Amino acid sequence: MGKGEFLMWTYEKLLEYPVNIKNTDPRLAKVIISQYGGPDGELAASLRYLSQKFGMPDEKAKAVLNDIATEELAHLEIVGTIVHQLTKDASIEEIEKSGLAPYYTDHGVDVYPASANGVPFTAAYIACKGDPIANLQEDLSAEQKARATYEKLIDLCRDNPDVLDPLRYLRQREIVHFQRFGETLRGVQDKLAEKKFYMNPKNSLCSNNTIE
Amino acid sequence: MENRNCGCANDCTTRREMIDEIRSLNFAIIELSLYLDTHPFDKKALCLHDKYCKELDELKEKYQKAFGPLTIKYPSDDWKWLEGPWPWERGNF
Repeated sequence: MGKGEFLMWTYEKLLEYPVNIKNTDPRLAKVIISQYGGPDGELAASLRYLSQKFGMPDEKAKAVLNDIATEELAHLEIVGTIVHQLTKDASIEEIEKSGLAPYYTDHGVDVYPASANGVPFTAAYIACKGDPIANLQEDLSAEQKARATYEKLIDLCRDNPDVLDPLRYLRQREIVHFQRFGETLRGVQDKLAEKKFYMNPKNSLCSNNTIE
Repeated sequence: MENRNCGCANDCTTRREMIDEIRSLNFAIIELSLYLDTHPFDKKALCLHDKYCKELDELKEKYQKAFGPLTIKYPSDDWKWLEGPWPWERGNF
């Protein structure tokens, strides 16, 4: 945003929302990791939108996907920071008691993109359907699922205000993104209706099935 | 950390206040940009976006001069980019 910043992307040495967690608590890290590398997490969100932007038919949709994807990358760092600060100084006893031992076995206290159940991140969490309406519907759903996940995490972290604060912020952002995607979808629908675009005639699967 | 510019007795407080303000402006700009993506003709939002961008540019310049770079695209005589804490570390700014 400043002068001379014309690359995608420039790292800013600043979290979008501050995270300073006083007490180690690996029990919470074990569930919050899901928003790092789980099915509805920030990595999936950023990759989903970054990949889908290439196929968007109108300027608003290109911009919204690009800009929300960029914000999701900032959220990925916030979630990673929460997990890091919750585990960094954990003792072996704390790790054993919290149930983090299986994760610790494979990753120590690194921040590894996996779900709360330990499933490693996979691109199967995202879709690029070659259809802007289908893609935007997925994005709307993804934002709702992320919001719901944050609400579950907020319940689970109810005793730790240092963790609750950034989680509440991240939940709010999902709601704003959902709103913007809804407006984008309406724009794309209008655009497609305007061109009377019902199917791609070059698509061989459809070409023998012309609607009379 | 050495404070070359602001002349304030308490560097940490000043730095914290400045970074909070930068973060607020950053957030307002992100939020307005997303809104403008789907409402590009909203004059009030455009006006606010413009105002905050200018304020942010000025404040970042002041901050970086005093406390070191926020991005690698800030020229400096010594490589202060290496100075912690990094954003993910406790005690970050």
